[in-house]
Amino acid sequence: MSKVQNNKAWWLVLPVFLLVAFSAIIPMMTVVNYSVQDIFDQSSRYFVGTDWFRQVLQDPRLHDSLLRQFIYSACVLLIEIPLGIAIALTMPTKGRWSSVCLIVMTIPLLIPFNVVGTIWQIFGRGDIGLLGWFLNNVLHISYNYAANASDAWVTVLIIDVWHWTSLVALLCYSGLRAIPDVYYQAARIDRASNWAVFRHIQLPKMKSVLLIAVMLRFMDSFMIYTEPFVLTGGGPGNSTTFLSQTLTTMALGQFDLGPAAAFSLVYFLIILLVSWVFYTAMTHGEKD
Amino acid sequence: MAEIRLQQLAHSYSANPAGPEDYAIREMTHIWEQGGAYALLGPSGCGKSTLLNIISGLLSPSEGKVMFDTTVVNDMSPEQRNIAQVFQFPVVYDTMTVYDNLAFPLRNQGMAEAKIQTKVQEIADVLDLQPLLKKKAKGLTADEKQKVSMGRGLVRDDVSAILFDEPLTVIDPHLKWKLRRKLKQIHEQFNITMVYVTHDQLEASTFADKIAVMYGGQIVQFGTPRELFEKPHHTFVGYFIGSPGMNLIEVKPETGGVGFGGIHLPLSQALQQRLADTKWSTLKVGIRPEFVHVWDGPFDDAMCADVTYVEDLGTYKILTLNLAGQSLKVRLQEDKPVPQGQAWISFPAQWLMLYADEFLLEAAHHVPASEVPHE
Repeated sequence: MSKVQNNKAWWLVLPVFLLVAFSAIIPMMTVVNYSVQDIFDQSSRYFVGTDWFRQVLQDPRLHDSLLRQFIYSACVLLIEIPLGIAIALTMPTKGRWSSVCLIVMTIPLLIPFNVVGTIWQIFGRGDIGLLGWFLNNVLHISYNYAANASDAWVTVLIIDVWHWTSLVALLCYSGLRAIPDVYYQAARIDRASNWAVFRHIQLPKMKSVLLIAVMLRFMDSFMIYTEPFVLTGGGPGNSTTFLSQTLTTMALGQFDLGPAAAFSLVYFLIILLVSWVFYTAMTHGEKD
Repeated sequence: MAEIRLQQLAHSYSANPAGPEDYAIREMTHIWEQGGAYALLGPSGCGKSTLLNIISGLLSPSEGKVMFDTTVVNDMSPEQRNIAQVFQFPVVYDTMTVYDNLAFPLRNQGMAEAKIQTKVQEIADVLDLQPLLKKKAKGLTADEKQKVSMGRGLVRDDVSAILFDEPLTVIDPHLKWKLRRKLKQIHEQFNITMVYVTHDQLEASTFADKIAVMYGGQIVQFGTPRELFEKPHHTFVGYFIGSPGMNLIEVKPETGGVGFGGIHLPLSQALQQRLADTKWSTLKVGIRPEFVHVWDGPFDDAMCADVTYVEDLGTYKILTLNLAGQSLKVRLQEDKPVPQGQAWISFPAQWLMLYADEFLLEAAHHVPASEVPHE
């Protein structure tokens, strides 16, 4: 059989190519452009090769925020994923209460980032915030996110958990609903314990939605910006200054476009790499 | 291992059942003896699966009792009842290997690993799963998965009973036959009570010693395949068992017997008496196509029917006749001459059944209690 050669068909790929070019490639090329040159104005620019990359990779300020970032994202995943699964497992499946639960769960997801930051900024204040006042005056726990680094750090973590655990829970809930009843029946006949049902039926059937949940929560938390910025502006000290904020300060505050561009690319590659690792790790073992 | 006794059992899916039509299972009393191989045969939606789920404990009956030997198990969960059930569609634990799947029920009851190994190997041998033991269950074909599903039921030989809910639906015909034989063998080997739900009469009669035919939420007859064939207790059994099913003709009582369209069928004295004692609203006679006698030519007591169609099925022929306006199927052996245009037939009295309101009317009534249908 001879294959029909029709190279005109390539034109059909053009719309997608243009779309991807405008959405990803061209903006990114601008960044690449900045990352290898030192640009002062329209007429004076110098090619610097990998200098900027070398510089940012040795910058202790970036090392610190990268480390903070990894610890933060790890905490987010370690709390939100198990908590989301637990909530999904305990949510009612039928009747009015299941609708009520779904609506309540959805509410945090609908609130914009900066509003969430503002809510918690006020909520946590020792003088007028319900949470801050309650902790300090009723439970007598000294809590002040504006002065104490670990308080600020924990607050940012709690904000994320409050804001996004619903997403994980809803994804898991949909995964659980897709399991036919007969699996549970068979498990009862096989006298499986609740743990065995979770381990061998629910968890495997939730795998694909959990993969989405892990990836989304990793990427989002790794790029967190607004909440710590609104809460304390990255402080106290640098305790809640995460990568994106460091980057913004570098690019817009100090106008160090070269190093900032280089770092953006490194940042991008880290997210890509970690996402790939998660994906491979979670889909590994599909084949026997 | 146990005898399973259903006592005045009834089940309705609605909370306030108004009449018998609201019941998925109408009140029944039935005994599955220990060690029997039974089939539960009936059309889709007749309540077979409901009954099975009630026995296994997945469903709680709205009325009556389920007893294993002398224990009432109504409030016991499937786990406590120690019963195995194989479902219509395969259920496997995807992430486990075939071996682990088969070992799963044994591990759940805390059996020692060494003993599990022998059990699993034994069942894998029986079901030809040996080459697949190390494979992940996820990648199996539908019939392999169903074999694993069945294996998980069969691997436990301490169970009270094994229930099969149309387990061979997804299996291709050639393998179906093989697996049915396997089940039969396993039954003989381990002497476990097995109840096999199906809507296929062939499947039921090859597997089971005794078949319970279910229709409209009740067991209309419980007997050997032969009994079901020779003496259907209900018109549905006559129609459902056999191919083609029983000829059923609506008749009116006449002196000395019954009749339709000018044809008179005599009944015995005893049966006439019984009919007179019984209240009924419809009356039918039934005769199996196999039992209609076809004469070579005109004969004293024979009735004359028009031949409307002849179907040649190789080893035998099916004649469609018209007898006084009633269509009739007759099975004709190969060596018999095929009547042309007209056929002379008679109904041997021993094979002619009389049904009042769809239930068999017999002269001498001595059917064991467990088989009495609810009228």
